[in-house]
This record gives sequence, C-alpha cells and structure tokens, in this order.
Amino acid sequence: MGIQEIKGEDYSVKYDRELVTICFQGELSLSGPAEYAPIVELLDEVANPEPPTITLNLKKLEFVNSSGISMLSKFVITVRKKKTIQLLVLGSNDIPWQQKSLKNLEKLLPTLKLEWE
Amino acid sequence: MTSGSLKTMTQIFGDFIEEFPPEHDSLELTFTPSSRPIKQRWRNNRLSAHFVADYLSSFLPVDEEDASSEQRIKQSKGAVSYIANELLENAIKFTDDNYIYKVKFGIHFLEDVEVIAVIFVTNCANSESVNKLQAFIKELLSCDDPNELYLQQVEKNAETDSETSGLGLLTIVNDYSAKIGWRFETIPDSLDTILVTTVAQLIV
Repeated sequence: MGIQEIKGEDYSVKYDRELVTICFQGELSLSGPAEYAPIVELLDEVANPEPPTITLNLKKLEFVNSSGISMLSKFVITVRKKKTIQLLVLGSNDIPWQQKSLKNLEKLLPTLKLEWE
Repeated sequence: MTSGSLKTMTQIFGDFIEEFPPEHDSLELTFTPSSRPIKQRWRNNRLSAHFVADYLSSFLPVDEEDASSEQRIKQSKGAVSYIANELLENAIKFTDDNYIYKVKFGIHFLEDVEVIAVIFVTNCANSESVNKLQAFIKELLSCDDPNELYLQQVEKNAETDSETSGLGLLTIVNDYSAKIGWRFETIPDSLDTILVTTVAQLIV
C-alpha cells in the first residue's frame, strides 16, 4: 500500500511512502521529457507536500542518459525552490556514470547530501 | 560564388579526426532510421552503445591480478556506453527524415602512449538543425568554463518544459573530459540536407 511503482522495459522507479524514498533500478534512457513525464509526476507528488526529507536511492541505477540526468537535475531544482526539504541521494561506487555525474547535483543544491556505498 | 551543385562544402569544428592510421582497429554499424518509427528503435541506441563498449574490452590490457586494471576497464566501458548512447540518440533524434540516409556509428581505436577510443556518428540533418547546432558549438568552443555552461543550461532547462539541446554534449565534455569535434558536409545533389559527423575522443 505504501509503494507506488513505475515500470518500464528495463527500469523501475519505486516510491516508498513510509520512508519517503524513491528507488531507481535498471537502465533509464528514455527519449525525452514526454517519456520521462510519469516519473517527473511521481517525483513532484513526493515533493509537493514538502516532507522534511526525501531520499533518492540510485544505488541500482546502472545506466542513465542525459535526458535522465536532466530529469534528476530538474527535480533537485524543484526541491531547492521549496527551501524546506532535505534531499539525500544514495549513490553506488560501483557504477561508473554516478561517479562522473552525480556531483553536478550537489552544485545545483549545496545542502544536498550525497552518500556513497 | 556560383552554386555548383557538384561542389561539396566542408566545415570542421572542435577536435575532429579526419583520418585514421591504415591498420587501426575499428567497428562500424549502419542503421536505416527510416525503416521503423523512432520509438520502436529507441532502445537500440543503448543496446548498440553497450555492444560497442564491450568491444572496447578486447583492446584494453587486462591484468587479472590487478584490481585497479579491472576498475579501469569498468570505468572505460561505462564511459564509452554513455558517450556512444548520447551520440547515437542525438543522431537518431536529429536525422532528417525527408532524406534517406543511413546513420553510421562506430568506434575506432588509436594506440600511442595511451589507448584512445574515438566514437563517431554520422547522420544527415536539415539546415535549421544544423544552424542551431553550429550556434551551440560556437558557444561551447568559446566558453571559459564548460561546467558553468552546463549548469547554466540545466537551470535554463528547468524553466521550460521542452528540452534544451546540447545537454548531452555538455555532459560528454564535462563529466567525461572527452574531446568533441564536428564535420559538416553539404550533400551534392541536395538543397537542404547536410551530412553531420560528430566525433568524441576519450582516453581509455
């Protein structure tokens, strides 16, 4: 009951309502904003009530294209505009794209906490 | 200047490689974008990128005793997958459907002191797309700090619902420190279509 899921051919995005955690899994390389819209909608639904903390668990997100990175960046900016939400991003040391690109999210939102496993 | 339709005009920007040593290694794939709607073949971009990245493994020295060599290969494969996918996505998105031209995609390897992977894609595009791309290229090549440009584009992108193009190329330069170059060639018997080759170079 507390879990909402968006599933695609090679990926899934799960929202755990109790933990206020959105978990991304698989490979996300959709063709553009229109295809990413359901995920954006889910993310916005989580941010709108302004919970004190939101966690983005990316530890199993093996691959993402620039449109996906752009989607995540837009979400970080949405959270930044709300001003009251603490955003925690969980990344994996084993996944190459994360080591290259997640640090840009920190630049968009200085209070963002990025934790590596 | 007369408009001789037999004349091909070529413009080059950035770090473009025109020629490769005669006995270098490479892998090239050809796609015919017009054969199926773009959505059905979108997944192919990533699969092709992974395939090309796997091919890279044959060129990198593996030392099974050395964990750092394994790490290096993993990082390089990840980088090639990402970059190859971005270039292919751009080519498929911007290819001019009015002109039947195959999209060519592939990887070349240059070996000197280091191994350099050269990922390229060639597609045709109409003059409107080309003008937008060239304007972006000029901005990219003249900026002092590509990271600043990247963050600016991301912020701009957040204000609109549509996607600001160029973000893929900016991540390639910024996050992967790859060098990019472009060649634009007019096609002799076509008025509005131009052949665009994008090349990304990466030390692997």
